This record gives sequence, C-alpha cells and structure tokens, in this order.
Amino acid sequence: MSILKSREAQLALAIAILTAGIALRFPAFVTPANLAGVFNDTSPLMILAIGQMIVILTKCIDLSVAANLALCGMVAALMNGAGVPLALIVPAVVALGAALGAVNGLLVWKVGIPSIVVTLGTMTIYRGTIFLMTAGKWVNAHQMTAEFKALPRASLLGLPVMSWVAIALILLFALVMTRTALGRAFFAVGGNPHAAVYTGIDVGRTQCAAFVLSGALAGLVGYLWVARYAVAYVDIAGGFELDVVAACVIGGISIAGGVGSVGGAVLGAIFLGVIKNALPVIGISPFWQMAISGIAILLAVAFNASQSRVKGRIILKPAEA
Amino acid sequence: MSAPATPPAATTASTTGRILPNRLQSPLARALRSWEALLLVVFVLVFAINSFASPYFLNAWNLSDATFNFTEKAMIAFAMAMLIIAGEIDLSVASIIALASTAMGLAMTAGAGVPVLVLVGLGTGLLCGVVNGVLVARMGLPSIVVTIGTMSLFRGISYIILGDQAFTGYPKGFGYFGQGYVWWVFSFELVLFAVLAVAFYLLLHKSTFGRAVYAIGNNATAAQFSGIRVARVRFLLFLLTGLMSGVAAVCLTSRLGSTRPSIATGMELEVVTMVVLGGISILGGSGTIPGVVLAALIMGLVTFGFGLLNVPGIVMSIFLGLLLISVIAVPRLLRRK
Repeated sequence: MSILKSREAQLALAIAILTAGIALRFPAFVTPANLAGVFNDTSPLMILAIGQMIVILTKCIDLSVAANLALCGMVAALMNGAGVPLALIVPAVVALGAALGAVNGLLVWKVGIPSIVVTLGTMTIYRGTIFLMTAGKWVNAHQMTAEFKALPRASLLGLPVMSWVAIALILLFALVMTRTALGRAFFAVGGNPHAAVYTGIDVGRTQCAAFVLSGALAGLVGYLWVARYAVAYVDIAGGFELDVVAACVIGGISIAGGVGSVGGAVLGAIFLGVIKNALPVIGISPFWQMAISGIAILLAVAFNASQSRVKGRIILKPAEA
Repeated sequence: MSAPATPPAATTASTTGRILPNRLQSPLARALRSWEALLLVVFVLVFAINSFASPYFLNAWNLSDATFNFTEKAMIAFAMAMLIIAGEIDLSVASIIALASTAMGLAMTAGAGVPVLVLVGLGTGLLCGVVNGVLVARMGLPSIVVTIGTMSLFRGISYIILGDQAFTGYPKGFGYFGQGYVWWVFSFELVLFAVLAVAFYLLLHKSTFGRAVYAIGNNATAAQFSGIRVARVRFLLFLLTGLMSGVAAVCLTSRLGSTRPSIATGMELEVVTMVVLGGISILGGSGTIPGVVLAALIMGLVTFGFGLLNVPGIVMSIFLGLLLISVIAVPRLLRRK
C-alpha cells in the first residue's frame, strides 16, 4: 500500500481514472495511436515542466520560459531562412536558450534580485526582442526548408522524433536529479539553504545552474515548437509559462522549494495534456479548458498542503478545558 | 546572502562617551536618499525628455489623456502594494477584471441600470477577493500558486460565458466612469486615482491596520504573538485587492464600452511592475504608497511619451522590463562597493 502514498502513483492513478472515464463513452480516445498523439502533443509541456521543476526546487521561479522559447524559435526560423544547416541550428538555439537562462540566473545569483522580479522583466524583454528582430513579421511554412519542418515529425519506431526527445530528456533528467551531485544540490538548496551552505554548496551558483538548464530546455523546445507548427511570430506560446508552472504544481512540486521529482512534473504535464486533448473529443467547448486547469491547480495545491501539513502540538490549552 | 554586519555608528559614538543620537541621519538626509527621491528625479527627467522629444507633449489635454495609461492599473497597484508588503501576492487581478466585466455584461443584457452595473462589478471583484482570501488566509495555501490557479479560473469562467463573443451596448450613463470629466481636464478616473491614493496613504501609513501589514510582512510569527490577527489581516487584504480590481473593471469596461474575455490580459504583470518599481520589496515588509504613485506617473509618462513618438507598444514593454530590473539592480550593485 505504501506505493499508493507516493505523489506520482496517485497522479498516475488519477490520470488512469480520467482516461478510463473518457474511454467509457469514447473508446476511440484510448487507441494507442491517439494516446501516442496526446503524448506527442504534450511533449513541449513535459520538457519545459522538467526545467521549471528544477528552478522551483531551488526556491525560484522562471516566468520567462515561454518568452525564451518564442525567441529561440524565431532565431531558429531566421537561421533556417539564412541557409544555416539544421545540424548547427539545434545546438545554436539550445546554447542561446541556456544563455538567456544564464541572464536570469546571474541576476538572481550575482545581483540578488528575487527570481520572480527578474523573470517578470526578462519575459517582456525576450518577447520584445523578437519584435525588434522581425518588426512583427511572421516566418511562415513556405519560408522554412522541408528538412527544418520534418525533423520533429519524422517517425522513428512508430513515434515522432519530438516524443523521443521528450522520453530521452525525461530519462536523462531522472538520472541527473537522483544520481548526480548537481541533482542532489538542487534539492539541498531548496530544502534548507543554510544547511546547503554548510555542506559546501554554493546556493546562488546552484540556482543559476537551474536557470541555465531551464533556459536550454526552452531553447530546444523553441526549435521543436516552430518546426512542428511551421510558423514563428512574436506571440507563439504566449502565456505558456503558466501552463508549465501549473504542470509542476499538479505534479506535487512544492513552490516553497526542495520537494518534487521529474516523474511528478511529467505526470502533471500529462494530466493537463489529457484534459486539453479530451475536451474536443467529449464535445466540450475548448473555452472550458482555462477554467478546468484553474480548478486542477487549486485542487492540486490544496492536496499538496493537506499531505505535507505537520500537526503541531498544542502547548497552551484553552481556558475552559 | 546577507551583507556582512558592520557596527553601527552609534556604537562607536557611545564608546567615546558622546551622546547617542536618536537618529543616525537627519530626516531630511534620509528623505533625500530615499527610493521616492530617486523616483522623483526619474519622473522629472522623463518629463523633461518628453517635453523636448515631442512638441505635443506639453498640452493639458494630451497630458490628461496620458493619465488613462496608468489610472486603472494604479488603483489595483495600491491594494497590491499592501498585499506585497504583507508578504503575499495576487496574480489574479487581471482575471478578476475579466470576470467582473463579464458579470456587468450579463447584468446589462438582463436590463440593469447604471447603479446596478457598478454594484455588480464591485461585488464580483469582492467575491473573487473572498475566494483568494479563503484559500490563502483560511486554508494557508501559498498565495502565488493559489492566484495562478484563480487567474486561470476567473478568466476561464469569462471564456465559458462569452467564448469568442463580446458584450457591447452599455447604457449611455455608464460611460462616465471611464470617459467622463469631473472638471476641465480632470477625468473621473484621475480624480478617483487621487482620492484612492490619499485613502491608501492614510490606511497604510496612518492606521493600526497599516502597521499590522508591515508587521506581518517583516515577521508574521512575531506579529501573531504580538496580538495581530494575521489571518484576518491577510484575508482583508485579498478582499481589498479584489474590490480594487472590481473598481478598475468598472472604469476599464466603461472606457472601452465593451467586454471581451481577453480584457486586461497581462495587466497583473504591469501592476506588479508598478508596485516593485515604486520601491515595495517583493520579499515584503517595506515600501510606501507615495513610491507607488510616483511609479504610476513614471510608467504613464513613459508609455505616453513613446506613444507620441510612434514607438510600438511591445518596445515600451521592453523598456519597462529593463526599467524594472535596472531600478532594482543598480542600487544593489552600488551598495556593494
């Protein structure tokens, strides 16, 4: 029974019940092809949720991920338009994303500005930069090379490359978070910063590393996003940072830091992905999606709190008693 | 993390047998070195640059038009400032505007008159504040996550009701709140902004409630033990923020004359930017209302000045983002030396 107490198991169960409930009325939803489609559709959210989880673990928050994604996506599209080979574009946008993440990280680490203020600022700056680069023009499908658009959709062993990228990153980060010193440092910094200092961990540097990772993932997703939807403009993935934070909260990552797992973040993203993909199937207007994910966030945060609440001892008894 | 502790000047003074000063600096010197003084300098600079950059800037009616850039945001920013000083945050304010505006639209289609419309707007704002307040103050959930959730929920309800439709055709008298003028160039919104600024100044700086807000922001546990009802103060602050969002919803809906579910999208970030620019510490415990007023004026003038120079809105947002980071970074970097 103890396995049911883990957050990941409960969430997986909730997703299974949700999917089964939909399948009762709409069996087509649970065909392997459709489930693979849902997974592929949720891949960007999963990848970004992993990065956001690491940032939240260290008591920070990265609200600039969606803007970072959009900027890197646009740069990828422009590089493609300038004839740069794809083998160079992908590493370049990952590096650019990491650099934009490093800007956040350095402002948090070296200047000591709270992360919410930093990323609130860089969010508008990064998105504004896209406008400065393009004067608001779109890069459309016909302006992209076939090779550029094909990579995320290319099928490998029955799944698109984008899904494989997500799976590879999930496995990679699951290893990094549980089996490396850096991974443990993220938990230590968020769990107890003072204790982390005494064990020789540089709190600021670890936070900066989290932002760099989150930024690099955003850069990679930037390319995948633009190539998959075959369009790049200023407002792509607008407001997506909130979905990413929501996936983390639903996945049981504590906003106070130090608590969370890659599995939780991924399952949180899948939960939102299933809801988003199920709504049109069961005939509910997509306009319901926002309110439903809002309720999911509130339920998840209330659930998180009820599980982690430590019962205090009453040392002063009421006078009547 | 924290700066190395340096012995205060008073300690060295006492060892040499001199009288301990009550204040380490004269009040005037302190005022001159304050954040508000810096903002005032920035304000004067922006005003001067604008006057040189465009011949249309120094015109009473143009300046009056410019105030609409910030009045609605500033109304929310006053309440948000108190909330942030108390160590909480409300990211759902723009969504409250959307929901309150949608509720007003529903009331309008049901044939409500102007007074009822205003009451519906304010009431919806208050109700949203109650939801946030119960979740944060009563249930003890972290405000940043709760309000990200309600941000999605409140605007989500607007989308469910409106979809891709819009409410238009508000009654004629309703336009006064966003388009009317009290006297000469002074719009209703500008006068309301001034009245609210004074009211919030008195509430935060001259009342026990205001002192409680600072106490909670600096040390909630100590505040609890000194007899402040922390949960109740927090609850009231969320209520107040909801109510002010309702006020802003009335003004904005009246000014636009229509309601779409995407109304005021992203305004929460501008409000938080205004509050932080005004010198309110995002970590809670410090900041003043005059700072927020100056920040509102600066943001309004910058937006207006750029507008006169035909700078696109998104470029202004880059500037505001840079302003937000640099006004916080520069003093911190200077202090380090």
